Amino acid sequence: MSAYEWVETILFFVVLLALVKPLGAFMARVYQGERTFLSPVLAPCENLLYRICGVDRDEEMGWKRYAFAMLLFNFALFAALFAMLLFQHLLPLNPLKFRAFSWQLALNSAVSFVTNTNWQNYSGELTASYFTQMVGLAVHNFVSAATGMAVVIALIRGFVRRKTSLLGNFWVDMTRSILYVLLPIALVASLVLISQGVIQNFSDYGTVPLVQAVRYDKTKLDDRGNLVRDAAGKPVVEAVTVREVTVPMGPVASQEAIKELGTNGGGFFNANSSHPYENPTPLSHYLEILLILLIPFALTHTFGRMVGNPRQGWALLSVMLFVLITSFSVLQTMEAKGNPLVARLGVEGANLEGKEIRFSLAGTSLFEVSTTGTSCGAVAAMHDSLTPIGGMVTMCLILLGELVPGGVGSGLYTMLAFAVIAVFVSGLMIGRTPEYLGKKIEVREMWLSLLTVLIAGITVLILSGIAMITPSAMASMANPGAHGLSEVLYAFASMANNNGSALAGISANTNFYNLLGSFAMILGRYLPAVAVLAMAGSLAEKKYVPPSLGTLPTDKAPFAIWLTLVILIVGALSFFPALALGPIAEYLSMMR
Amino acid sequence: MQDLKTAFVMFIAFTIICGGIYPAIVTGIAQAVFPEQANGSVIKDKSGKAVGSVLIGQPFSDPKYFWPRPSATPGFAYNPAGSGGSNSGPTNTAYLETVADRVKGLREAGLAGPIPAELVQASASGLDPHITPEAARLQIPCVAKARGVSDAELTRLVTDSIEDRQFGFLGEPRVNVLALNLALDKLAP
Repeated sequence: MSAYEWVETILFFVVLLALVKPLGAFMARVYQGERTFLSPVLAPCENLLYRICGVDRDEEMGWKRYAFAMLLFNFALFAALFAMLLFQHLLPLNPLKFRAFSWQLALNSAVSFVTNTNWQNYSGELTASYFTQMVGLAVHNFVSAATGMAVVIALIRGFVRRKTSLLGNFWVDMTRSILYVLLPIALVASLVLISQGVIQNFSDYGTVPLVQAVRYDKTKLDDRGNLVRDAAGKPVVEAVTVREVTVPMGPVASQEAIKELGTNGGGFFNANSSHPYENPTPLSHYLEILLILLIPFALTHTFGRMVGNPRQGWALLSVMLFVLITSFSVLQTMEAKGNPLVARLGVEGANLEGKEIRFSLAGTSLFEVSTTGTSCGAVAAMHDSLTPIGGMVTMCLILLGELVPGGVGSGLYTMLAFAVIAVFVSGLMIGRTPEYLGKKIEVREMWLSLLTVLIAGITVLILSGIAMITPSAMASMANPGAHGLSEVLYAFASMANNNGSALAGISANTNFYNLLGSFAMILGRYLPAVAVLAMAGSLAEKKYVPPSLGTLPTDKAPFAIWLTLVILIVGALSFFPALALGPIAEYLSMMR
Repeated sequence: MQDLKTAFVMFIAFTIICGGIYPAIVTGIAQAVFPEQANGSVIKDKSGKAVGSVLIGQPFSDPKYFWPRPSATPGFAYNPAGSGGSNSGPTNTAYLETVADRVKGLREAGLAGPIPAELVQASASGLDPHITPEAARLQIPCVAKARGVSDAELTRLVTDSIEDRQFGFLGEPRVNVLALNLALDKLAP
């Protein structure tokens, strides 16, 4: 890394870590119902909302009702978006007259956005109207993020509370997440993004003349959009001269801000955050990375505050930070080395296929590990064109289960499930009753933690296996050989872990990927969320066990190291064979 | 049952707040405070006619112009209606042949020495407006010959068009190819 890259990287982490404490403390106040500096403005809005929606803010819910409300609300959102996509052609704000989504694509996209995955089997600027983007997709970006936050707050209450079955009110937690946390930050961030050149308008797509006209061979299409073929069956091509091009417009910035902040990741444009209208300058680039990491990291401090010992939060944060920075250095190093097969052709420099010049290589690498370490899935470089090991780093971060630092809310609850497992395993080793935060860890908690942690991995391996014996699924691969396997593995890893990035060469808008993918996303999102709420319910009912000499201190370095090892070992045992056949095999063939 | 009603009303409420009010406020402020950026950073000529966007690259293949990076957009290079990268894997033989062809093309155009990677590897968006200053300098002799301008004049032009790191330390120095070529047309039409 150059000196400049060191400076910008270090400065970035300084800013990020400086924000963890204030934002974390702020969120703790918000969820505990205390007054904050935003209350004078927002409290009246909040009260009005509760009145309209018939919510009694003091009424608390047990885990079953909390989970039911969460699922019910998510289902309502899904149904509305599904309908919106099916009837896009009838809805307003559609200046380009885009057609309706096919039902398979609508199903996949609606599931994708409601589960905070934002896997996109469509290309935004060619398929989705402004209405769909803004009223459909952007709303889900807020609400799916708030759902994750509500679930983790319920889990934290489970650790804090004693001998009760009540975990709080889902409606209140969700509303506060949006009003006090997501909306204010998104509003400020979108204005900064616009100042850098991210567009925000409702104009028709513009046309711009080309300085130098270009000629190209266009395949001829008939009125229905099918290829016209000549007598020999070859597609007919005609030479076309292009003198002006269509430039897409739209309300991009408002969506860009929440897409990163809510770790959603669904781009307005196909190129996502590498598109100059989504991410025009180095400042916008680092701001977007900051938005991705901000809430997941800050929630560790919220957790520490709420359980009454901030060091518990710092311990988890250090685990997240360590794995993230290690991944960053591997990815950056591999990309800087470049592609030896390209170097052989007389080309010099880093691997720049699928990367943009205005971001430094360190900046690009940091974006890619952040977007996969969280469940964001926005990209500023094309993961399909990363070097084999660089691409494997992004895939590993997803496969670990999205917990370094993970999606908003979902990252922390997955991390806490791992902490429960780590405490249990160490308890077995030294023959003590495992306790975490003063709560005894028993069979029920272990089952639920294991379910939370393993369900996505099992889904990935089974569905990738099915794809490998399905010819139509194999035909979707864009690149031959080991890389093709990586594309399929990555696709299911991304969907089951609700990430949403892709080795995007794969043509996943097929029945196989649309339908099995929807299944993977639902399983990967709601099974862990409900398991976590069940665990919260069971923990809340337990009595507090004061720490004794035999208690493993979970706020100190040895536990952080142990937790890191547990996470890495579980990940390696689950996925090493698959990775060996994909990226590792490709790496060996490249270095031959 | 109460929760069913709440779910429905709350969905409507948040759709209005997050899908209506929020983007409307952002658009309002954007159009008032940053109209140029919010509408696509369009470059206009003296008569006020749009000649391009400073953020969206354009295809150049004429030896009279500086060349941008390759682009993998559908149809033709730098097609803003369909952004995206090649998504080619690093060991894909078809991809390596494409890169070899591009190297050959640049050699035929007269480029000497090691070729900077960005001139033969397509960008992520397919619309990347920039190349590195080195890649621009390397093209000076070719453009000078095609235009009949001196190397020294072009060197000055390229040096003037280098955008420094943002705030002096963020990102990398770069050259906007469209801006450079517009300046070139002005210098030696």
